[in-house]
Amino acid sequence: MNLAQQKRLSFAALMTGPILWWILVLLVPYVIMLMISFYSKQFPFHVPDFQFGNYLKIFDDPQYFQVLLRSLKISVLVSLVTFALAYPLTYYLVFKVRSHRVRMIIYVATIIPLWVSYLLRAYTWKTILGTEGILNSFLMWIGIIDEPISLFLYNQFAMVVTMAYIFTPYMVMPLFASLEKIPRNLIEASKDLGVGRMGTFLRVTLPLSVPGILAGFTFTFCLSFGDFISPQLVGGPYSNMISNVVATQFGIAMNWPLGSALSMIMLFIVVAIITMSDRFERAGRLDLN
Amino acid sequence: MAIQQAQIANVRRETPNGWHFKWAGFDITGRALAVAAGCVLAFLYIPIVTLIVFSFNSNPITRLPLTGWTFDWYEKAFTNSNLLAALGNSLLIAAAAVVICLAIGVPTAFALDRYQFPGKVFFRRLVLLPITLPGLITGISMLNFFSMMDVSLSLLTVMVGHGTALTAIVVTNVYARLQRFDRRIEEASSDLGARPWQTFIKVTLPNIRNAIIGSSLISFTLSFDEIPVTFFLTGRDNTLPMYIWSTIRRGITPEINAIGSVIVGVSIILLLVSVFIMSDPVKKAGTGR
Repeated sequence: MNLAQQKRLSFAALMTGPILWWILVLLVPYVIMLMISFYSKQFPFHVPDFQFGNYLKIFDDPQYFQVLLRSLKISVLVSLVTFALAYPLTYYLVFKVRSHRVRMIIYVATIIPLWVSYLLRAYTWKTILGTEGILNSFLMWIGIIDEPISLFLYNQFAMVVTMAYIFTPYMVMPLFASLEKIPRNLIEASKDLGVGRMGTFLRVTLPLSVPGILAGFTFTFCLSFGDFISPQLVGGPYSNMISNVVATQFGIAMNWPLGSALSMIMLFIVVAIITMSDRFERAGRLDLN
Repeated sequence: MAIQQAQIANVRRETPNGWHFKWAGFDITGRALAVAAGCVLAFLYIPIVTLIVFSFNSNPITRLPLTGWTFDWYEKAFTNSNLLAALGNSLLIAAAAVVICLAIGVPTAFALDRYQFPGKVFFRRLVLLPITLPGLITGISMLNFFSMMDVSLSLLTVMVGHGTALTAIVVTNVYARLQRFDRRIEEASSDLGARPWQTFIKVTLPNIRNAIIGSSLISFTLSFDEIPVTFFLTGRDNTLPMYIWSTIRRGITPEINAIGSVIVGVSIILLLVSVFIMSDPVKKAGTGR
């Protein structure tokens, strides 16, 4: 038995099981979801078919299309808010904190909330923002307001705050990694050449942190786009996201074909965004060399 | 607090790389950044602190001012048989999910690191898809799959779902460690007469051990916390997050704060252990045993 054969044999021994598993639990379910997205709904369940009605409905019916647009808008807003929160923090950590130990402690401290139950983090915002909640009772207690304000909870504002809170660590991680990688001598060189601090930031630091920004936007966008728990907890009546509509199709609405079509569209959007940010990042990397 | 004071102290002695304006000897930008960073950290921790504080507050309504100290909510939580059953299910599922993740994830990481095979790029993308896609999509595709195969939903389907959704975490961590691993050590081992399995047990395994333990802990925590996949794949039995979810929707009770605080404590301990294990540098590489 030669080396190549031996290698092939060991690969087969190692991977036959896992490859079968991946095909069975990953590839096949995606294919089935794609198939069902072409089925037609027929009481009480659905029947095999091949038609594009489910997809057309999503783009025709303003009910679905509006929700799709709203989800995109909310997800972009969440990404922007997490960016506005994470960039100053990460910049401060990387460039202003001198002690490596302190920097790592604070960095881990920003990541830890990620490990605190996701559901509970969404839920605490409900207890904070509600009319009977902590923020209102605090404001009344110190005498700023006399009556509870109902504007905090059950709207898109509450949704953006909650999701931005939950997903900020996902922005911090890639930003931190990319800011840390910036060679300090580039920044010094820029200053030696007489560029001011602001100019150095705008023309050296910021462009070099673009890969981190892209990754952060991709993470936070995709995560908020797929979140159906926070909208349901804090969103109220006019804050349905596409993911909520999908969940409903597999619950009370019992329209699996439509739900599968919506999931395929979500899958397509997410994969497109990931691919694009990958491309941009790679293009950016080439520019630097 | 001490950390933040240390940061502020550090600002005064900072390196000249940063972006800062000086006024009368004060580093205004540095100060502003420090304040901003402090605010973001506060934003990240206030909800968690809130959760813990109100789990000890005697008022059944979560509002300020605090009324008094109590352990009642903890007592209630730990005598609630539904909650305990859900907790048991969650622990069982998380343990099973870790077993699946390791059984599939470790061989997959080896295959990606060491073998060339047709369709490798596609395979790699497919395997990493569940951590990039929203959990909702994994959940729905598997729901479609199980329903088409006439598998009835139970804790078993949840286990398979979690295994599928989380294996990529083991794959990425073990793969990263394998990439940094010096293959010459394995060659040396076989030159010295070790059989392939001996080399694996005595040389390879000790080197990737930390990645395996660390990613197992992460997978466990994530499975314990998982909702989107569970939501679609669970039958009659509840997991803890699903139980909490159904309770929250009926109204807020401090009991949830109590069980939440316990989860927070346990997750943070697990996380710190896994960070500690995984950050262990490769300095020991080469001392196979």
